[in-house]
Amino acid sequence: MREGRGERIARWIVLSLLALFVLTPLFVMVSSALKPLQDVQDDFTWLPSTLTFQAFVDMWSTVPLGNYLLNSVIVSTVAAVFSVSIAVFAAFAISRYRFRGRGVFSVAVLSTQMFPGILFLLPLFLIYVNLGTATGIELYQTRLGLVITYLTFSLPFSIWMLVGYFDSIPRGLDEAAQVDGAGSMRTLFTVILPTAVPGIVAVTVYAFMTAWGEVLFASIMTDQDSRTLAVGLQAYSTQFQVYWNQVMAASLVVSIPVVAGFLALQRYFVAGLTAGAVK
Amino acid sequence: MTRPMGARGSAAVPVRRPMHAAPDVRQHHARAVGAPPKQRSQRQRRRRRIRSKYLPYLLVAPAVVLEIGIHVVPMLVGVWMSLLELTQFHIQDWSTAPFVGIDNYAATVNFHSETGKALLKSFGITVLYTSLSVFLSWLFGLSAAVFMQRPFKGRALLRTLFLTPYALPVYAAVITWGFLFQRDTGLINHVLVDQLGLVDGERPFWLIGENSFWALLIVSVWRTWPFALLCITAGLQNVSTEMYEAAAIDGAGFWRRLSSVTLPSLRPVNQVLLLVLFLWTFNDFNTPYVLFGGSAPPEADLISIHIYNSSFSTWDFGMGSAMSVVLLLFLLLVTAVYLMITNRRRIHA
Repeated sequence: MREGRGERIARWIVLSLLALFVLTPLFVMVSSALKPLQDVQDDFTWLPSTLTFQAFVDMWSTVPLGNYLLNSVIVSTVAAVFSVSIAVFAAFAISRYRFRGRGVFSVAVLSTQMFPGILFLLPLFLIYVNLGTATGIELYQTRLGLVITYLTFSLPFSIWMLVGYFDSIPRGLDEAAQVDGAGSMRTLFTVILPTAVPGIVAVTVYAFMTAWGEVLFASIMTDQDSRTLAVGLQAYSTQFQVYWNQVMAASLVVSIPVVAGFLALQRYFVAGLTAGAVK
Repeated sequence: MTRPMGARGSAAVPVRRPMHAAPDVRQHHARAVGAPPKQRSQRQRRRRRIRSKYLPYLLVAPAVVLEIGIHVVPMLVGVWMSLLELTQFHIQDWSTAPFVGIDNYAATVNFHSETGKALLKSFGITVLYTSLSVFLSWLFGLSAAVFMQRPFKGRALLRTLFLTPYALPVYAAVITWGFLFQRDTGLINHVLVDQLGLVDGERPFWLIGENSFWALLIVSVWRTWPFALLCITAGLQNVSTEMYEAAAIDGAGFWRRLSSVTLPSLRPVNQVLLLVLFLWTFNDFNTPYVLFGGSAPPEADLISIHIYNSSFSTWDFGMGSAMSVVLLLFLLLVTAVYLMITNRRRIHA
């Protein structure tokens, strides 16, 4: 199959325009982070007048970025670990057992993903507040509350992706282990988990990203002490003057870990994301 | 062929069986128990059967409990709240909030009142925003996927670049766009006004006034289209090259191949993709919230931010809940109708 001349030119134009569209904000983020303050207060320039890393130093003191970062790391890590651990067991059951309610469970789990977050934000807010006053279990404005909320956000999709990975592991492996006398749990831990490591890593990164990027609940459910980056980064714009070079530097710093993780594992995401959609 | 897990472990684990028994065992693998003393094996068998009967439920229990606790219960509470006059006077102890039945709903859908009018307007903006954003994201994703079907130098790098907006945390991406849209120090005005001279007179504002809708749309498409690319790329991998070859032999050009091979093959992917994009975009809260710093200008007042603001600025949670429930019902209706139409078409096709 040969590619026509017109087609090649069209391809070149379309892909270049899309690349320009995608690249422009990324470029501005990086170049502005390396600018001295004066550069971002005057007319826009594409390149810094002098290269400086000052913004990366100053950004920590303009707003308590360190605290926000620490909160985000703790909340996202704990939520991701629990989300994946819970998802592993659920996905194992769905992939390897036929039980009543299995179909309902899969559909229900996915449909929760589609509901407007605002619908359970208000009740959850009131439930957390009232639970705190009634039982002393503080979920409102604490990291624990965020962890529990976020882990349920990533759970449905984590289960869905893991079922896809587990389904692709031949059942013959399970059976061989069972012949060797392994019970269900041992089969899970010694056969399935080691085979599914890339999938599990990808799902962990997905769960981490979900918690790391969540804005709606973080804006209501946190206070000064438990505030995460999602809300904290906006604190730069509530200052009297916005130091855009610091804002860009901070955005860059908080993006790099998740972007790197995602891009490194993109192959597994594509497999997981589309396992259900393509079938 | 020995396996590391062998027979160590609890007494319930039966003795290792020789491999030649495998075919037989495969048929009743729940009973993969050794032949030894008959009674014992029966007891084990029963225990196993009981365990394997309840085990799957036990395994999904934590997930179910959490989803019920954090999603289902609040949703039901939300429906209950929508029937209460849950204003700031009753927030502290909401058991005192008077039951008002469908009053909140009546006010919500009464399009002659201020509340109803504002909601209707916000709804209209959201419909326009969602249609444009979903269509453009899909179009961009399709174009890029089709043009990247054929291998070329730098394709992997380009694909990685295209996926970056999807991986970026929402707030980092949207804050950066907020900087681009600044009136005096932003890139957009610098290019449009200073470099290209396309705008006469005053520098336009992008984050307030009429332009804010377009600013919001651009950011939304920027963040969303990589997901369409991801799904369509995966869908194209399932299209056999023979079909393209056959089309080429028939002398089909680019558009003919697109309409006769590519798009029909993508139908199942598109069916799910468009629905998911629609639901995500319709419910989008993050983009306007971060871009406009909490309160969207009236021209870009999307439904979820409208509900958020009418709940938390007036502290009328009953009304906010009623609006959320109406939104949910609308989305359920659209989803049901969409699935019915697309499935029927698929059967007839």
